Amino acid sequence: MSELSVNHLLGIRGMTRDDLELIFKTASEFKEVLNRPIKKVPSLRDLTVANLFFENSTRTRLSFELAQKRLSADVVNFSAGSSSVKKGETLVDTVNNILAMKVDMVVMRHPHPGAAHFLASKVKTTLINAGDGTHEHPTQALLDAFSLREKLGNDLEGKRIAIVGDIRHSRVALSNILALKLLGAQVRVCGPATLIPKHMMTLGVEVSHDLDETLIWADVVNMLRIQLERQGDSKSIPFFPSIREYTMNFGLTQERLNRLDKQLTILHPGPINRGVEISSEIADSDHSLILDQVENGVATRMAVMYLLAKR
Amino acid sequence: MDSQVLINEEQFELILDRLAHQLLEHHDFTNTDLIGLQPRGTRVAHRLRDRLSQLLGNKEVRCGELDVTFHRDDLMMRDKPIAPQENKMDFLVDGRNIILVDDVFFTGRTIRAGLDALLAYGRPNKVELAVLIDRRFRRELPIEPTYIGKQIDSIVDQYVKVEWKEEDGVDRVILYNSKPE
Repeated sequence: MSELSVNHLLGIRGMTRDDLELIFKTASEFKEVLNRPIKKVPSLRDLTVANLFFENSTRTRLSFELAQKRLSADVVNFSAGSSSVKKGETLVDTVNNILAMKVDMVVMRHPHPGAAHFLASKVKTTLINAGDGTHEHPTQALLDAFSLREKLGNDLEGKRIAIVGDIRHSRVALSNILALKLLGAQVRVCGPATLIPKHMMTLGVEVSHDLDETLIWADVVNMLRIQLERQGDSKSIPFFPSIREYTMNFGLTQERLNRLDKQLTILHPGPINRGVEISSEIADSDHSLILDQVENGVATRMAVMYLLAKR
Repeated sequence: MDSQVLINEEQFELILDRLAHQLLEHHDFTNTDLIGLQPRGTRVAHRLRDRLSQLLGNKEVRCGELDVTFHRDDLMMRDKPIAPQENKMDFLVDGRNIILVDDVFFTGRTIRAGLDALLAYGRPNKVELAVLIDRRFRRELPIEPTYIGKQIDSIVDQYVKVEWKEEDGVDRVILYNSKPE
């Protein structure tokens, strides 16, 4: 099989296990390309990609842009802050105007859940979702799974993966759960009750509010960032009393790991709040895949764009 | 389906032996590496490597495997993406003599992409091309092989398949009148 079953990458939902395997296989060839003296291939030289970021991003945006440049695609960047969106232009109008300039593919990040699905139904172009609000962030899930396969072997069947922290506001969590379940892994989410949505079990995951017990269960922990910007304004009731209390209960510290009789593999999608959800010594340790995740992000995004490029 | 055997097992051996000796006439393999093009040129390259190594008194002959998928010029014209194959290039080619190896040489486009892919690993001193089968009369680019196993005359619709002992049980080359499904 050499073709994806989808025309856009809107989310992990809707993809098949074969799709994921194809992306991983292609990504590992692109990773080899990235380790050559000349890290560039001409595969997409007749393609123009627009990166539309309606929400701030450093890592994802740089990673997409590097991936596009390594594939020799032409790139245009757009951020909402300095655009006509401020003048009241609608999303569909903005994108159609960009497409009128002969753009073949759009990578979009947007603060509203479902923005990518909405746009895909309204405009004629290949769309890649680079994060839509608290909904999905599919390329992050793909690169997380790719990094795990590198570390633990290609078969994640039955591996125990815990996702810890702010599940409610995390698009990484949902995409990760869907991808890991597709690959046959066992998934558990862990965090304060206020930060775990109701009905989480319907996704086929376990729910826990006890980090220490979860660490005993898990082979891998994916520590999510506490999204301080999504905790509501100063008048609303906070989701947890204080950062200090959150860290006491749900922060990953060396002391916690020392109590275990095994080595855990540690993921974090970044940016890290050092000393909040994860301590510096763990983030910088050999068991942390944080920098591998960033490296693999470029290769995974190259694979996705290569496989989705309209022919 | 109509088909004929172009090269039988006995001739296959003789051709590979001759190619190996021809290569030895021009190279002592101290500064020369073989590079097989994925997917099927690598088999030819491995057979040549083993023969050369034997003829040179078990001297090690380096042999890389290069995938040209990302460098093809028809990527965006196809309906489906082409699945890439593995690259096994654990050396750089700066200043080396390189012999690219493929099984069937036809339009020259794969070799063009191969040259492009090769240059991502450095600047070789010299590049030559060895092929098992040369389907002449259908060149689309000004590229010619340096070493040729056998030249054949065929029309565009015909299909040449190289079979290998490891996969098909016997080493031989077959010409089909149309491409098998």
